[in-house]
Amino acid sequence: MDLNTITEVVRRPSERPGADWRDGDAWLAGGTWLYSVEQPELSRLIDLTALRWEPLVRSDEGLEIGATCTIRDLYAQTWPLDWTAGILFHAACEAFLSSFKVWNAATVGGNICMALPAGPMITLAVALEARCELWAPDGSGRFVDALDFVTGEHRNVLTPGEILRRVTIPAHALRRRTAHRRFSLTRLGRSTVFLVGTQGRGGTDLSLTLTAGTTRPVRLDFASVPDARTLRQRIDALPADVWFADANGTPEHRRHLTYHFAEEIRRELTAGDLP
Amino acid sequence: MTFLVNGRTFDREPAPGQCLRTFLRELGHFGVKKGCDAGDCGACTVWLDGEPVHSCITPAFRADGRAVTTIEGLGRPGAPHPLQRRFEDAPGFQCGFCTAGMIMTSATFTEEQKADLPRALKGNLCRCTGYRAIEDAVKGVGAVRTAAPGKAVGTSVGAPAGHDVVTGHAEFTMDTHIDGMLHLKVLHSPHAHARIVSIDKSAALAVPGVHRVYTWQDVPRKRFTTAIHTDHLVDPDDTFVLDDTVRFAGQRVAAVLADTVGAAEEGCRRLAVEYEVLPAVFDPEAAMADGAPRLHGSDDPFVRDPEHNVLLELHSHVGDVDTGFAQADVVHEGTYVSPRVQHAHLETHGSIAWMEGGRLNVRTSSQSPSIAKAKLEYLFALRPDQVRVFCKRVGGAFGGKQEVLTEDLVALATLDTGRPTCFEYTREEEFTTASPRHPMTLTVKLGAKADGTLTAVQVRNVSNTGAYGNHGGETLHAGGAAVMIYRCPNKRYDAYSVYTNTVPSGALRGYGMTQPAFAVESAMDELARALHLDPLELRRRNIVRPGEPLVALHDGPDDVVFTEDGLARCIDLVGDALARTADQPPPGPEWLVGTGVASSLHETAPPTEHLSEAWVTLGDDLVYELAVGTVEFGEGTSTAHVQIAANQLRTTPARIRLVQSDTDRTGFDTGAFASAGLSVAGNAVLRAAAAVRDRILEFSAAHTGVHVVLCSMDDDGVVCGDRRVSLAELVAAARARGIRFTAARKAYGSPRSVTSNTQGFRVAVHRVTGETRILYSVQAADVGVVINPAQVRGQVEGGVAQGIGFALTENHHVDDHGVMTNPSLRNYRIPTYADIPRTEVLLVGSADSVGPLHAKGMAECCINPVAPALANAVHDATGVRYRALPLTPERIYGRLQAQQSVAAGRAP
Repeated sequence: MDLNTITEVVRRPSERPGADWRDGDAWLAGGTWLYSVEQPELSRLIDLTALRWEPLVRSDEGLEIGATCTIRDLYAQTWPLDWTAGILFHAACEAFLSSFKVWNAATVGGNICMALPAGPMITLAVALEARCELWAPDGSGRFVDALDFVTGEHRNVLTPGEILRRVTIPAHALRRRTAHRRFSLTRLGRSTVFLVGTQGRGGTDLSLTLTAGTTRPVRLDFASVPDARTLRQRIDALPADVWFADANGTPEHRRHLTYHFAEEIRRELTAGDLP
Repeated sequence: MTFLVNGRTFDREPAPGQCLRTFLRELGHFGVKKGCDAGDCGACTVWLDGEPVHSCITPAFRADGRAVTTIEGLGRPGAPHPLQRRFEDAPGFQCGFCTAGMIMTSATFTEEQKADLPRALKGNLCRCTGYRAIEDAVKGVGAVRTAAPGKAVGTSVGAPAGHDVVTGHAEFTMDTHIDGMLHLKVLHSPHAHARIVSIDKSAALAVPGVHRVYTWQDVPRKRFTTAIHTDHLVDPDDTFVLDDTVRFAGQRVAAVLADTVGAAEEGCRRLAVEYEVLPAVFDPEAAMADGAPRLHGSDDPFVRDPEHNVLLELHSHVGDVDTGFAQADVVHEGTYVSPRVQHAHLETHGSIAWMEGGRLNVRTSSQSPSIAKAKLEYLFALRPDQVRVFCKRVGGAFGGKQEVLTEDLVALATLDTGRPTCFEYTREEEFTTASPRHPMTLTVKLGAKADGTLTAVQVRNVSNTGAYGNHGGETLHAGGAAVMIYRCPNKRYDAYSVYTNTVPSGALRGYGMTQPAFAVESAMDELARALHLDPLELRRRNIVRPGEPLVALHDGPDDVVFTEDGLARCIDLVGDALARTADQPPPGPEWLVGTGVASSLHETAPPTEHLSEAWVTLGDDLVYELAVGTVEFGEGTSTAHVQIAANQLRTTPARIRLVQSDTDRTGFDTGAFASAGLSVAGNAVLRAAAAVRDRILEFSAAHTGVHVVLCSMDDDGVVCGDRRVSLAELVAAARARGIRFTAARKAYGSPRSVTSNTQGFRVAVHRVTGETRILYSVQAADVGVVINPAQVRGQVEGGVAQGIGFALTENHHVDDHGVMTNPSLRNYRIPTYADIPRTEVLLVGSADSVGPLHAKGMAECCINPVAPALANAVHDATGVRYRALPLTPERIYGRLQAQQSVAAGRAP
């Protein structure tokens, strides 16, 4: 929709944007969320796509995803065979409520910064132990674990003028085995719960990421695959207010589904017959 | 910036925050539609350098240096793109508002995407078709046929507007530009109930571009009803254009008129309103209690009991239910809840007004320009000749536009300023201020002998009319149809329409019958279980049969012609279809499978006054002009009218030019609702066309000297004995004598007929998650004589799909303060392609209709049995009865036995 309070778009920002950040500014990436709701408090947009950040950089250390990498570009990649977690990229893209058309513009960083419980790029980043590189307006930078980046619905750790530059996924995480489960109230709808389990290759550990059902991402790490009761107790131990209530699910149903799918993932990764 | 649109270079700067959708429309590309303005519906899909994007969430400046393709540039009239041709031939549309987006999306599909349409089309919503027709269009399956002269009825001819719809040239309400047009935006109440103490306009008026601020002090102090009926006395006059009391969160507080939408929005934000917040009541039972907050004054005699917020009460008795229950071997009683749901027609409400020759012109998205006109005359004290109201193509309605929601404000502003004014609803305003379906809570008590014979039927219906009484009374009366369907000597119907501080309810497909049908048909299923009888068999034993009286509210004379046993045949067909498909396997071991059925019976026109006039004129161009006031919004009456006229005149649809829904160019028509577009307006068309035919034949007889019984119409000529005279010759001869072949005829909505149907479902319910999947869907419908087979099928499929949405996916969430918390298509989930199964449509022929050529309108009735059939199937699958809609997974899972063991933690 038209954002009628916007009086200026900075279409050629400086390489380190943010120095002249002011109230009413917003970073613009794909714009697919920003333009989808009224934004009466905004007056200026700063177009990050003009900076042409490299969308995807692979190295021995792992994978760097530029914040303005589109979902389309991420979805179109084929990954090295030993990146067994590569299937999660497809699964996470397909977890979007939005269709492939929106993927042509929507960005990985935009989805993470939106900090919606059902943001699938958050699921992906947390499950794959990503680190977020943040740029402050004063030119300094810092790193935050993806797990800690989102703090609640529409809430994240960014300070005014701070920017998410890239997320980096370590190579070891890309080589883990994975299993995932997702549920939505309608077919192909927005996630009610989205769970990802990962396990070191040949290992006996389990890392379980819970998203969509919770107001912020939760990761449960086990040194060895727990039994059903232990897994359930860990979920039980989560604070009651972590379970999210919105039109896409009730807290009770989300917890119930989380028990169910967590157990399915536990069993799948216990079976050990997957790559 | 410089960019290409459809190959043409433009050099123009968008506003900084402008989206591509409005920018393209400013440049005249009106094929780019607004369904949601939020990226959810896909109606605005265009290509940016060949890639499909939702233009409403694409910053306009991103088109800089790039090539944009819209529906108008994909192909053109006469030379359409193959996908455009397929959508016309399928036909892959009803109202046509989503069509441009559907085509611009599917024209980009890879083979892989074509193989996975549920995913590929998840970003495109259609509210009309139920998606089967869209699948056919994408896959190149066509149903449209060409009719031979005199053979249009019974042939699936295409809609008159089909080619314009698929090429993006069909003009919808907002698809125009008027120089100097002002825009109106409304400030909505944040409170569910409050008195407006003061409104300070000064800051709003100081906003550059703001011309006026209207409050309750600036409007005629005349109460009216927004509901559209010819007889305005069937609704209470309880509404002001703007009021000093607001009775629901979202109600209009003030309207700001400005040069631009942005300035009007800013004006709304700058209004300083002081409210005295009043206690609010949201539940109708609580509203009826002593001491409840009182919504309305006592000065409207229509309102039954303002002290207890009761708009209307009905208490009807036939026989004696106490005796009936005493005679019963089994008594079942249950309370069923049918919640608020929204039409979600893809074109939002909106209208544009301007002055021309001293007359007020209003272009609007309405189901009845005639009645909208009458209301404007009343509100603004205008003579009938001082107002014109008309519709262009309307992008879906489903009852939502049987209401005057925008026309009053644009008329106010234009009459005040003399300037053209536009008021277009946002999608959020549709959810928070337009009139949804009445929430109803129904307690049904049934008594039956052991053989299933009903001995007593008792229904108590508490309907929530919301803050105003529009359609509150008529929907309550209509609910009697659910009682009428079964023969029983003892019936009792007690019903209450109650004011609450919620969005005013209104008309929606099924109109007051859908909710009682859910209750009564669920209760009949429960009764069948208690009796250990097949639910279909229980119905066979109790449905009214021809010759028996149709008894709903009283046992007296009625105007319904009912001589064929269509409902029994529907029941048999659905029984056979479910038996034939009984070996369908469940989707997996965790799934529980069951079947359910439900029936409904529906009159083919409303019980209130319904009038329509049609004019047919053979023009000098030898084309028959058919003028009829009713409105086309996808229900297909235009196609049917053309077919009826073509048949009467023994010609083809190509020789009929339709003029419609314009109070300057057509006769009066009560409106397109209650299936009256076919049954009433269709009769007017039939009679007018027949009258013109007779005049031509009489003239031909005189012209040739052949007796009129030997004269017959023959497409573009008349055969008189062994001679054929062309229409050209006849028109010329007639003109020489000052004669024109023209006729007007009226039709009235009485007597009426009944249409009936039965829905069957086989569903699977996941024992842990609570998800319901439809494995098989079948509906049998008595549609009388079929005028257009493809359209009839499309209407049933669309009605079933909407019914599935209302039962399975849609959920109107309201918080403790009466504010809707999910007012968007992103969070109020109408079905997508992936949610809707294919429905087998079985048609029962009958000849007892008093409609044109014995046809029956069935676009309403088809929705009524859907929700109860689903609830009955879910019960059959799970052993658990769900008496409140919607049947969403989070409401299902908790009561399933299987999940108990999971909750306790299963061993590995």
